[in-house]
Amino acid sequence: MTGDPIIMMNRVSKEFGDVLAVDNMSLSIREGEFVTLLGPSGCGKSTALKMIAGILPLTAGEITISPPKGNAEHDLGFVFQEPTLKPWATVFDNVYLPLRLAGVGRGDGEPRVREALKEVGLSRFARSYPRQLSGGMKMRVSIARALVSRPRILLMDEPFAALDEMTRTKLNNDLMQLSDDHGLTVVFVTHSVFESVYLSTRVIVMAARPGRLVADMPLDASWPRSEDYRTSIEFTEETRRISETLKGTLHADEIDH
Amino acid sequence: MPTKSTTDRTRDVHEDGGAPINIGHLRRARRERVLSWVMPITLLVVAICLWEFLVRYHEIPKYLIPAPSLIAETLVRDFASLMASSWFTVKLTFLSLALAIVGGVLLGALFALSRPVELSLFPFAVILQVTPVVAIAPLILIYVDSTFAALLICAWIVAFFPILTNTVVGLRSADHNLRDLFTMYRATPWQKLRYLLAPSALPYFMAALRVAGGLALIGAVVAEFVAGTAGQHTGLASRIIESSFRSEIPRMFAALFLVSLLGIVIFLLTSWASHRVLGHWHESEIRREH
Repeated sequence: MTGDPIIMMNRVSKEFGDVLAVDNMSLSIREGEFVTLLGPSGCGKSTALKMIAGILPLTAGEITISPPKGNAEHDLGFVFQEPTLKPWATVFDNVYLPLRLAGVGRGDGEPRVREALKEVGLSRFARSYPRQLSGGMKMRVSIARALVSRPRILLMDEPFAALDEMTRTKLNNDLMQLSDDHGLTVVFVTHSVFESVYLSTRVIVMAARPGRLVADMPLDASWPRSEDYRTSIEFTEETRRISETLKGTLHADEIDH
Repeated sequence: MPTKSTTDRTRDVHEDGGAPINIGHLRRARRERVLSWVMPITLLVVAICLWEFLVRYHEIPKYLIPAPSLIAETLVRDFASLMASSWFTVKLTFLSLALAIVGGVLLGALFALSRPVELSLFPFAVILQVTPVVAIAPLILIYVDSTFAALLICAWIVAFFPILTNTVVGLRSADHNLRDLFTMYRATPWQKLRYLLAPSALPYFMAALRVAGGLALIGAVVAEFVAGTAGQHTGLASRIIESSFRSEIPRMFAALFLVSLLGIVIFLLTSWASHRVLGHWHESEIRREH
């Protein structure tokens, strides 16, 4: 299922003033993997993701992304915790944004935008404005925008944290399907152990102060997963294993008794 | 942008399709819209009738308070001269507003792009703003040959500042995640300005426009008062001063009425523009039903 390394982080560090947000992190992610960065608040998981995206500069180390074989406008798609849509633009124009920035004309872009909207089930809402949509629908628009430029890598920063449980479950399943269909490499940031176990093929556990990688745990269950997996013994076992690891990384003051 | 009814625009759509339009809501919205026009107009008519009645009943002399009918009569009689003055004030106001928009937006964009430029120039903008225009006007009138140009500068000084400050704040108000997205997609500075910063600044700019519209008129009138200009090519303020010297109170009221009317027109125009630009997306212009 997985191929050659696509993202290589080599001894990456990031400082914000005196705070060491990410300390000496090395990680290699292979093509087609669904990797979750899991950890408590302040462990540097979002910072790491933004450094991969090229949004934040590194303080030390290097991140290499293997050159793409095909010609996509953008090799990366990013989904934030908030839908991060332009409120003044229609759903269509929001999804069209990455293509517009890459210089793709509206005529050439239109079928691609329609296709992306169809994939997230929002074909009928192309002309709606973000404020007319529910939270889950906005997040779907955000995902469509990330996919419209046909990237190889999808970076997601706690995208479903603000959604209700049912919407979240639905979007989890849809996301797995989409990334399988497109052969995407996904780096997914979350602080939910359940979500990480359900979604990913590999969980990277991180700890805070300073933000660092503490465990690299592959999950063997067949992927993409079905709803049955949530109630399986294997899921419970994996959840327990990862929870224990995560607990071991927490500082005394971070554990609720 | 196709215009839709208010109710249509504000209703939420759900994943199972559009919500049905509530007829009760529609009716209530229409009633409120009609009332928002009918009530103030009725009140105005009643007030004018009462004014007319009180003036006639108490036989108040016209050099104290003229009756509305006399003011209307004066408006008709002096129509040509008052219209010429109105046109002068309209030109002065709209030209100064246009220059304030151009200057405010350009300088605002420069401030937003460069912190050193802002730090160096902002104090001067503040000095210009906090010094009352009445105090600066005599100097400007001395230095600038053309009276029209001098009046224009005075009105511009007053209208310019809100546009400048709001443009700066507006351009800096873009969502930080969207900024990150534009960085990730390697947007050019122009793309960033065109597709992110300018639209984000629009609500701030439109709010400033409403304020600046009123201020441009105030600036134009005040400057003319200070200039104390007389003759044919002068504005409504000169008509007011002139009438005051000659104790032509009905004419003074007529000129005052035209100044107010101009102010109302500017307010309506800027409100309409704001609604056109922001109505389909910004909270400030969306009417919600509760």
